[in-house]
Amino acid sequence: MSRMRLGSPWRWVVLVVGVAGWQAWASWRHDPFFPAPSAIIAQMHQMWFSGPAAHLFLTADATGNILPSLGRIIAGMGISIALGVPIGIAAGRSRIMAGYVDPLLQFARAIPPVTLAPVFIVIFKIGTQMEIATIVFGTIWPILLNTMAGARSVDPIQVETARVFRLPWHERLTWLVLPASLPKIFAGLRLSMSLALILMVFSELVGSTDGIGYEMNNAANAFDLTTLWAGIVLLGILGYLLNTVLIVVENRVLAWHRGARQLAT
Amino acid sequence: MNPGTSVRDSPRTGKARAATWARGLAGVAGFLLLLQAASWLKIISPSLLPPVFTVLARAAGLPGNGQFLGDLAATVQAWAVGLAVTIAVAVPAGLVLGSVPLVRSATRALIEFLRPIPSVSLIPLAALLLGAGLRLTVTLIVYAAVWPVLFNTIYGLDDVDPAAKDTLRAFGFGRLDVLRRVSLPSAAPFIATGIRLASSVALILDIGTGILTGRIDGPGIGAFIADANTGANGTPIVLAATVWAGILGISLNALLVWAERRALRWHHAYSVEAR
Amino acid sequence: MLEVTNLSHTYQRGGVVHTAIDGVTFTVADGELVSIVGPSGSGKTTLLRCIGGLLTPTSGSIVLDDVPVRQVPDGLAVVFQDYSRSLYPWLTAVDNVALPLRRKPLRRAQRRGAALAALATVGLADSADRYPWQLSGGMQQRVAIARALACDPVLLLMDEPFGSVDAQTREDLEDLILRVSRSRGIMILMVTHDIDESVYVGDRVIVLTRGPGRVRAELLTGLPEPHDQIKTRELPAFVRLRAQVGRLVRGSPPAPDGSGRQEGHADHS
Repeated sequence: MSRMRLGSPWRWVVLVVGVAGWQAWASWRHDPFFPAPSAIIAQMHQMWFSGPAAHLFLTADATGNILPSLGRIIAGMGISIALGVPIGIAAGRSRIMAGYVDPLLQFARAIPPVTLAPVFIVIFKIGTQMEIATIVFGTIWPILLNTMAGARSVDPIQVETARVFRLPWHERLTWLVLPASLPKIFAGLRLSMSLALILMVFSELVGSTDGIGYEMNNAANAFDLTTLWAGIVLLGILGYLLNTVLIVVENRVLAWHRGARQLAT
Repeated sequence: MNPGTSVRDSPRTGKARAATWARGLAGVAGFLLLLQAASWLKIISPSLLPPVFTVLARAAGLPGNGQFLGDLAATVQAWAVGLAVTIAVAVPAGLVLGSVPLVRSATRALIEFLRPIPSVSLIPLAALLLGAGLRLTVTLIVYAAVWPVLFNTIYGLDDVDPAAKDTLRAFGFGRLDVLRRVSLPSAAPFIATGIRLASSVALILDIGTGILTGRIDGPGIGAFIADANTGANGTPIVLAATVWAGILGISLNALLVWAERRALRWHHAYSVEAR
Repeated sequence: MLEVTNLSHTYQRGGVVHTAIDGVTFTVADGELVSIVGPSGSGKTTLLRCIGGLLTPTSGSIVLDDVPVRQVPDGLAVVFQDYSRSLYPWLTAVDNVALPLRRKPLRRAQRRGAALAALATVGLADSADRYPWQLSGGMQQRVAIARALACDPVLLLMDEPFGSVDAQTREDLEDLILRVSRSRGIMILMVTHDIDESVYVGDRVIVLTRGPGRVRAELLTGLPEPHDQIKTRELPAFVRLRAQVGRLVRGSPPAPDGSGRQEGHADHS
């Protein structure tokens, strides 16, 4: 069916038409709320990407805001993984422990993490710590719960194999439980990544002294819509990049999983 | 040497289920006691973080506060309206994208660009554009919640058994009929899961918008928290409201699960054998 | 030597009581390859799991090389029927084979060397760095066998190991097991539902009754070496043995035997 094999060029149709249409309309109407795409891109370049080549073309503004924001996401995710995976595996392998801990987890995960941002401000004061705390509180649950689900669903025959060959518990962990749980862990990571971006922006909007959200807040107060839009576009790009990195890593680490599943279907 | 399903699988006997309940309760109680002890022993400074029992006492008292009840109702209302609009937009869009490969491919880049934009980043812009009120909150909810429902609808359609569709086509039914009679019912569980995911996202946007814009934007738990935050010694109240936000999240999710089970009673995934 | 004495096991799950095996007694000598065959429900798998220390029997004893078996003993290896779920999909063939060797204080190069040697024994030296899903069913089962052999076991348990492969592959694997048995001299206990296979492969065939399983009969096969898929199966002795086992499995009385193939025939029915 030649229709199905639509290649790359077609994917861009609606997007390109949309942007072009917006450009045309904005040039005609000059609506302050919807600046032209060209103006937005120009603003982005001027604010962030017109720096010296030695700094990867990043301006001081960029290094002072974009990098801290990214750093908070990475730190938050890192802590969530470092805490969530081990606890998830322990709770997943022990049905008894899971019994104690499950209702707590379900409740904690149901709390919208945004509600705790004000609390974290009180505890940590405005700044990086409070943001990372907010990000960790939001991102740890998908990782923990998915790890639990993965650890719980290890194939019983694989477990028996480990028993029969008398593998010690740490070998079992490294070579059986962890690899078997990785597919579900990565599913949790993808969910957490998008949450991390949301929570980073939110916590910066609520209270921060630097960062992309901080810049957007200032722009909103100053009625600088072009900068506001610039921030939105930048966040979209960042989100896309972060997701892509995650997918690339996942494809490498889980190459065996895709191969095995293809065979099973 | 197939060990089969271990006894450790889902507890079916009454005794096992009671044991799980008991453990869960013990876990919650133990955790709360631990936190309370930490406050008593001054490990956690009470000026920084109020003791657990204080928070729980406040939380129990909140329903007596008329303004809080109004805020609670407003949050639920925004959630419901937002979710309804989301479903009305995302499901048909998902059906079109899932059924017509041309449209799906053409919109792919657009979706890939829109999707990663964190919805909260639109709050300042939307606040300037739309001004205060339900409209603002609902718009933001819809923008964020559309994605899980849209994608799950598309995945659900992808997963439909081609043999079932072909059978109907062979009997002379048109494409629209196949969609209505086979694809949609088959994809229903996926769509339901997407709606549940959308629900928690919706709540985040709902309350988050309230926190950022405050009471000028109208009532809501977010506005309540924003108010409490500005007042002196508001931390216990904020935490109490957080507890209620959690209860709200669980209740709304349970509501959706119940509705899902009722609406999809006929679906084989919900049959007694599957449980 | 493996001594199984009066082994019984009863399952109790949620009020349902089921006796899988009842008073099973037999021995396996060093280097012997014993087939266990019986109708479905005769508790073959339960028997194997008890011997392997995966299940604690409700009564009876198992002694391996003068050491009573209470949990998984040293020197045990198992080949499961479902190779696709027993091999770890995230490890290559050689890593899968080397996995049990991690118990031993060997260096990485030694482990890999031993694993490669085991793969060579089963004829898969070229596929060492492939993943299980890249291999055919028969090759996967060979990897499982190599994994079992790599740790130099004293006792090898096999639970319907060739049930999931095609007929041609099954013949190749049967011959492989025979070669391994003759060259390595390990005790092999193989459960199968295939009567022809049990006679072709086993030095001795133990027939179990329908559940609760007991030993119905033990037959020495005594077929001339080396076994050949075509020639051995044509022998009158094979045909007779096969018929005898077939009748025993079905539960009908064994036919009167006109020739002298009675040695070692013990009927416990």
